[in-house]
Amino acid sequence: MSLWWKRKEKMYLNTVAKYIRRSPYQAFSAALIMSLTFFSISVFALLTIISVRFISYFESRPQLTIFFKDNASREDIGQVQKQLEDTGKTSLMVYVSKEEALKIYKEQNKNDPILLDLVTADILPASIEVQAKEARYLSDLAGIVKGSELVEEVIFQKDIVDTLISWTNAVRYVGLAVIAILVTVSVMVIITIIGIKITVRREEIEIMKLIGASNWFIRAPFLLEGIFYGFTGAFIGGGLAIGLFYYFSLEAFLRGVAIFPLSPVIMLELLLVEVIIACILGTFASYLAVLRYLK
Amino acid sequence: MTKIVNCQPQLNRGQMLHVNLVMIEFKNVSKKFGGTNSVLDNISFLIEKGSFVYLVGPTGSGKTTIFRLIIRDLFPTEGSITLDQWDLFTLPKSKIPHLRRKVGVVFQDLKLLLDRTVIENVMLPLQFSGVKDEEARRRAEEIIIDVGLAEKLNKFPLQLSGGEKQRVAMARALVFNPEIILADEPTGNLDIQTSFQILDLLKSINKRGATVFMATHNEKLIDSGGDRIIIVERGRIVEDKKARQKSARADHETGKKAKDEKEELKKDKIKLESLVEEKGKNVS
Repeated sequence: MSLWWKRKEKMYLNTVAKYIRRSPYQAFSAALIMSLTFFSISVFALLTIISVRFISYFESRPQLTIFFKDNASREDIGQVQKQLEDTGKTSLMVYVSKEEALKIYKEQNKNDPILLDLVTADILPASIEVQAKEARYLSDLAGIVKGSELVEEVIFQKDIVDTLISWTNAVRYVGLAVIAILVTVSVMVIITIIGIKITVRREEIEIMKLIGASNWFIRAPFLLEGIFYGFTGAFIGGGLAIGLFYYFSLEAFLRGVAIFPLSPVIMLELLLVEVIIACILGTFASYLAVLRYLK
Repeated sequence: MTKIVNCQPQLNRGQMLHVNLVMIEFKNVSKKFGGTNSVLDNISFLIEKGSFVYLVGPTGSGKTTIFRLIIRDLFPTEGSITLDQWDLFTLPKSKIPHLRRKVGVVFQDLKLLLDRTVIENVMLPLQFSGVKDEEARRRAEEIIIDVGLAEKLNKFPLQLSGGEKQRVAMARALVFNPEIILADEPTGNLDIQTSFQILDLLKSINKRGATVFMATHNEKLIDSGGDRIIIVERGRIVEDKKARQKSARADHETGKKAKDEKEELKKDKIKLESLVEEKGKNVS
């Protein structure tokens, strides 16, 4: 960055500070509406990230669990496994014996000794956990084993995932609509505020032009003001939403949910992206105002 | 400026000589507002470099329009205008700020920024040209001292008298050592004494080589010297003549001296009367 630019930049920043000082309520309104917009963007972005996490969490779990009757031997189960494997539609299969099932049960209920005393390996069924290469194969695979005399029960997680996906999509669409409305309102508010400022300073701008100010010299402070509103809005709105979410995921009711806490790096990345988008939005809005009012 | 010169077509020797001697050239310039309201009607004139030219005419005769055309605040309806080596007809919009940074203008309504101090107003043209803040401040201070406003550096225009504001406008026009000064009624609302001070400033700049083009209808100022007088009426040049060298300043000085002597006599008379009165009291 050249010295010349640094000098200009300092001068532009001083001018921006002066413009903001002179009409603090307008500046406050612009920053507030931007904060609200970016608070909402952050909330919906976090909801999307969470739902994606949930879906992939469920997808990573066994999608099909086949429980066998007590009379099914290891060989019988092996045959069912082979039958499923031969379809070429499975990606992973894990055999869980009665003993392993007891181990898992004990681990899950280690704080409840009464339950542990009552349960032995005999009453727990052996099972195989199956992951399909694609979700659409799950019903085919379930159909193969459902008819078998050895199979006690088939648990099928596709329904859960489907419901989750449809909920996620709904949240996404509603979020996009809300964000689109808020972004439009923010842009309009910035255009109006910068427009008012340009109108108020019309005479000053005219004088500056007459004594040799370039268009850029006159436009730059207004563009920087737009960037300032964007930056402030994203920093406050985004920061608040992300901070609250992070606090609750660590300290309160979300603690203990398998996918939480989200990594702070993801949160910082989200904030950074929002700040960049906000600055672009602020520049865009103020540029439109400058084009409209500084012909 | 060099950049613009390079953009110009190749000139022959005669043209070069013309370019070197002429600061402003109007050729058959007309200006109409709204297509019908003619403000300037086919005017042509030429101003040599380093000259001091008065533009005289009644209100509404087109003086300000001529100045606005020179700084490309207006575009002529017909004709061509050349300023130094800049053909204002073909000058691209992006070059207009560069042109205006070469011309020092004292506007009729001064056009000072009311929310900036004297020094900030004067520094502006330097800042537009990218001069460092410290350097701009130093040069602005120098010129403000030159125009006699050393005490008012940090005052706002509204805290100044009419004459002081006029000097600030003058300082702003002079701060970047322009080759040409356009002064539109710079002494408009000033008393004769301040008007002469402003005129002296312009003359000293002219002596240093700058071309001065000044609009006025103050005959006393015109009579105090200059190179030429262009008289416009109803948008036409009715006379373009050499300025009279009669010293109005001398008249003014003589008048002032007579006035001062009269004042002295008046004071002496009052003194004498009070002495007589006192003596009378003592006798009684």
